[in-house]
Formats: sequence, structure tokens, C-alpha cells
Amino acid sequence: MADFLPLQDAVARYVRDGDHLYLAGFTHLIPFAFGHEIIRQGRRHLTLSRATPDLVYDQMLAAHVADRVVFSYAGNPGVGNLPVFRRAVESGEVEIEEYTHFELVARLAAGAAGLPFWPVRSLENDLSRRRPRPHVRSPFGDEEVAVVPPLRPDVTLVHAHCADEDGNLYAWGLLGEIKEAALAADVVIASVEEVRSAASLRAERDHLLLPSFRVQSVSLAPWGAHPSYVLGRYDRDTTFYTEWDALARDPSATEEWLKRFVFGTADRAAYTALLPKGRLAALKEAAQHAG
Amino acid sequence: MPVDGQSRLAVGGARLLRDGERVLVGVGTPNLAANIAKRLHAPRLVLIYESGVVDAAPPKLPLSIGDPDLVRTSLCVLPIHDLFSQYLQTGWIDVGFMGGAQIDRRGNLNSTVIGPYESPTARLAGSGGAADIASFARRTIVLMPHDLRRFPEHVDFVTSPGHPPGARRPNGPATVVTDLGSFDYDEDGEMRLVALHPGVTVEEVRAKTGWPLRIAPRIEEIPPPTPDELRVLGELRRQEEMNP
Repeated sequence: MADFLPLQDAVARYVRDGDHLYLAGFTHLIPFAFGHEIIRQGRRHLTLSRATPDLVYDQMLAAHVADRVVFSYAGNPGVGNLPVFRRAVESGEVEIEEYTHFELVARLAAGAAGLPFWPVRSLENDLSRRRPRPHVRSPFGDEEVAVVPPLRPDVTLVHAHCADEDGNLYAWGLLGEIKEAALAADVVIASVEEVRSAASLRAERDHLLLPSFRVQSVSLAPWGAHPSYVLGRYDRDTTFYTEWDALARDPSATEEWLKRFVFGTADRAAYTALLPKGRLAALKEAAQHAG
Repeated sequence: MPVDGQSRLAVGGARLLRDGERVLVGVGTPNLAANIAKRLHAPRLVLIYESGVVDAAPPKLPLSIGDPDLVRTSLCVLPIHDLFSQYLQTGWIDVGFMGGAQIDRRGNLNSTVIGPYESPTARLAGSGGAADIASFARRTIVLMPHDLRRFPEHVDFVTSPGHPPGARRPNGPATVVTDLGSFDYDEDGEMRLVALHPGVTVEEVRAKTGWPLRIAPRIEEIPPPTPDELRVLGELRRQEEMNP
């Protein structure tokens, strides 16, 4: 069963230097609060896996927490690239291991299912020519298919809409690769927008993300996914996603941003207090629109 | 009013989508083009995004493919593994609709690096689902600005595979639309100029293409954007500027 811990304590207890982490969530429910706390606690030599490194890894790379990134799309959709990631790759500061989306989620599927590989029919490209995918022959016929190895993070970190008092996690909307990423790891730590009564959530069983027995700890962190979003609670902060591009191109501006918004804040409440006036209210308001 | 390059790509691309098709839409110009088609000749076009969003009808142009506006207007949102494994890999996507940084004569697309992979001059976003979409969609339509750097004889990195040497892959790249013209792939799987935008010459296209380009026996002229197309394009762009 999951323990309820302050987010700082969850990171202190479960995230160690050199660990392989997967901060899950595809555009939606990205655990930024965890990313920021890992930066504050000064973790080093991490391997960071994510289909889409997104701003969360750009920020973590700016704080030099990682040596290696495993990914499939390192862009800022609709805006451009990830400037810090790009500098770190071009300078050789981080090593990369790169896949297609399908290959990466297939690796998670293998990890989650406890299988030694997962078959994918995607054609060969220069990624798979550089790191060849073995082929296996079907024992039920002559067909050959390429396979990818399991991805098994040490710790997967997720952000969910809510938990009940027992630590069962609930989330809905765009779930991306969250379930596979969580189930591929032995240790799952979660942050949530709110804690609700188990009685009120029993009827929401179709929205169960993970049962409590697959989760080590749950931390309450309202706005824990900002500047990404939590469907129905707050919208994606597209202004911040757009502004990050210029900010992160300038290493000293990036440094300043980290100092002010991450090192200069003790927790999520302190972080949100620094956001431009009216921003949170606008994101909350936008999330109420039905379509 | 002169028509800018992106409008030519967006309108030219939109016209290639047929009503009722399922199209996996990439970020940027393909997204603009698919939304034009949906608002004009293809109201039953099923817009699918690699975030898992199926049949979105966004009220404004989304910035990212996982935007809440897409989710709120969707039929459903598939887990990514389900989308790639059970819908894309099995041939249920009619059109892959994408861009890239470079394309070559075989339709190989690069969205990974400019320069050598180990020491790139520019590190780009990488495949995402592009390589998988190029592998499995029934046909691929590519929208790209046309210049020598983007149309080299060999792309710096093959992110999304095109037609193999000497053969045409049936579900490989079908059409490339640029700000100069429109291109198909002949029976050898080689890119071929088939149509020009108004005022563009074959010589201009040749000069901006990094290999001896094949030319179809008869070159069509691409009709300029209609008033309806320009109106919808303008509306979508204004909404984009108003984002968020």
C-alpha cells in the first residue's frame, strides 16, 4: 500500500543518484513538481527516460542532474526544439538513446509485462541501423519480426487527478504511456491534485490509473503538473511553453529562472505564488470549457 | 494579394485529404492543412494525433498535439501503445500527414539531425511517431518548404523511410507539396514533379532541388487558393495568434 508523504520526503526516500527515472505523462499530467524537487535536492548522474523529454527534462538538464536521456521526440510541439537538451547533446554533456514513439512505448510494454522483448513492425531507419533491432522468427510460422528490449526504470514518477485515502490513483483524459511506464518500474511515486474519499471514487473505477499496491508513495501537490495540464482542472500554459523557447536559448536566463522558480521556492505553493498575476485563474477558467 | 509559402503548402495539402479518411496529423503546417480540409470539403475527415486523440474537432488550432482543446472535442483518446500497435501498425490509418527538415529523391525524411549524428550542427526533435507513421499509413503526404538545403540528394539522417532503392513501396510517400509545386513518386519510387504553383517554372524547381529531378510528361498548374480556402486559413491563423 502507498504511503502518504510530503513530496520532498518521497524524493528523498526513493530517488537516488545514478537512478534511471521515468517522469511519465504525454503533454498531459507531466510531473513537474517532482522534476523541480529532484533539482532542489541536487540529484546527479540520473538516466532520464521519457517519450517526449518536454520542458520538464529541459529544466532538469539545465540543472545538470542527468548523464543520459532515453527518448523518442525531443521537441516543444508547435514552438520548436528543447534548447537546453539541444545544447547538452551538441556539447556531448549528455548521452542519448533514441527511438521512435512506437519502439519506446513497445519497450515500456515489454517492461510492464515482464517480457524479454516486444515485437514491432516499423521499418528500419537510421536509428535502427545504428542500434540494430534483432529479429525473431515466429514459432507459429515463418514470419520474422523486429524486437525491442524492455525498458525498466528504477523509479517511475506520475501525476494524477486524485488519490483516495488508500493511495489508489485516478486519472483520465490523455493517458499516453503513463500506465506502461509505471508498471514497468518496481517503484512508482505519485503526486496528485487532491485526495478524495474512497467511497466517492468507487464509482470512478473506469478512471483508475493504478491500484495502491503498485504505488509506493502519494504526495499532495496541487498544480503539480504546471505548465502542462490536468484535464478539467487547469489548462496547458501555452504562454509558458512558448516563452521557454527564448528563455532557454540563453544559458544565463535559464540559470536565473532555475534560481528563482526552483531553488528559490521550497515547494509547489511557493512556485505557483511566483507565476504572473491572473495566470492560474485563467488556466483554471479555460479548463472549465466543455469544448 | 500574393500567396505566401505556408498558405500554398497548407491549401495544397488540404486538397489531398478526402472526406471520411483517417489522417494522422503532424504538428505545424500539416495540422493547419488538415483543419482547413475538415472545415471545407472534408467535414467527416477523422483527425488523429499521435498523442492518441481520435476524431478531434478543435474550436481553435491547437499548439501541441496533446492540447486540452483536442481532448475535449475528441471521440476518444487512445493510450499511445494502443494507437501505434493496434490501429497504425494494422493498417487502419489512411494518411500520414507530416513535415520534416529534409527530404530526398526516394522520399526519405529527416527530422533528427543536420550534420553527423554524433556531432550534429543542429539537433532536431527526432522521430516521435514519424518513422512509424511512414512505415504503416496507407499513404504519406509530406508538406515542406522547397529549397536546396531541404531537398538534398541524400538526407543527413533517414528518420522516416521512403521508397527502397529501385522499387516503389505501395504505402510509401505518395505526394510532396512544397511552395513551388507538387510531386509524386513514379513506378521506380523516384520523386517526380507533376504540378507547379502559379508563376513557378520548372527551372526554378530544378535549381532548388539537389539532384536531377524527374519531370512528369505533362505538368499541371495548381489552382490558386479559392476565396473560401483563404478565408478559413485566415480564421485558423487568427485563432492561432490568439493562443492561448
